[in-house]
Amino acid sequence: MSSSINWFKYSSPPAFYPLAGLMAPWFLALAAVLTAAGFYIGFFVAPTDAQQGEAYRIIYIHVAAAWMSMFLYVMMAFWAGFGLAFNTRLSSMMASAIAPTGALMTFIALWTGSFWGKPTWGTWWVWDARLTSELILLFLYLGFISLQAAIDDPRRADKAGAVLALVGVVNVPIIYFSVQWWNTLHQGASVSLTKSPSMAATMLTGMLIFALALWMYSIAAVLMRVRSIILERERHSEWARKFTEAAP
Amino acid sequence: MKWASIGDFIAMGGYGLYVWGAYLVTVAIIAAEIAFLVARHRAARKGSQDS
Repeated sequence: MSSSINWFKYSSPPAFYPLAGLMAPWFLALAAVLTAAGFYIGFFVAPTDAQQGEAYRIIYIHVAAAWMSMFLYVMMAFWAGFGLAFNTRLSSMMASAIAPTGALMTFIALWTGSFWGKPTWGTWWVWDARLTSELILLFLYLGFISLQAAIDDPRRADKAGAVLALVGVVNVPIIYFSVQWWNTLHQGASVSLTKSPSMAATMLTGMLIFALALWMYSIAAVLMRVRSIILERERHSEWARKFTEAAP
Repeated sequence: MKWASIGDFIAMGGYGLYVWGAYLVTVAIIAAEIAFLVARHRAARKGSQDS
């Protein structure tokens, strides 16, 4: 395979900075369109649930945010580990850029779950295995962010954060399988690759579109944040000066 | 249309507080994150000119 595009070029911050700036608005626009579509299908097409009435409509944002909270953690640990192993500075910046958005997705999953739990379970919170392990995920994100903030030297902060992120990755399968391993209050998986869906097709479609919307949003947010991180860390370099003077 | 009126839509079959409590907070969080990201980038651009 001969390719004229040198993809490795974009692994350097000066090359990635403008590329990320070019891509972020498109992902944000895609997220907005998908949100509108998901909202329409989820609230105007999907039927009322026989058991839960309209309360079930929290599922769209709840499941989407919970999936993203786990996926973003794995991505954060991957980039942090990659940066630790190969000393590539953009990888570590990506990990730092993912963490706040991952923490927000985790918070949204917990918050919407709480608002769903109150009308269906009769309680805002319970120390169920799924809920507890998701709360631990939030603490892992916050721990990663605070640890990096506490270390002045960015390269050392990257290394310390990477160790924490990699150790914490063990929590992700615990969250995912918690509903099988411990028989507590939270229901089983909503979507399974081996079983046919247990919900109406339009409900499933709405949920998947919301998941895609949050995915696109997360990419946009991470790209926007990594641009700031690149500038903050490389402000003394020639190329960064050029970028900041070029645009007001 | 499955909703008889706007009021009916907002009421969400009696679960309005929970459904909208979940969605509005999510929207607020995402709007706040975008605002923070824009402000941070603006500050980063200024910062690299100062130093």
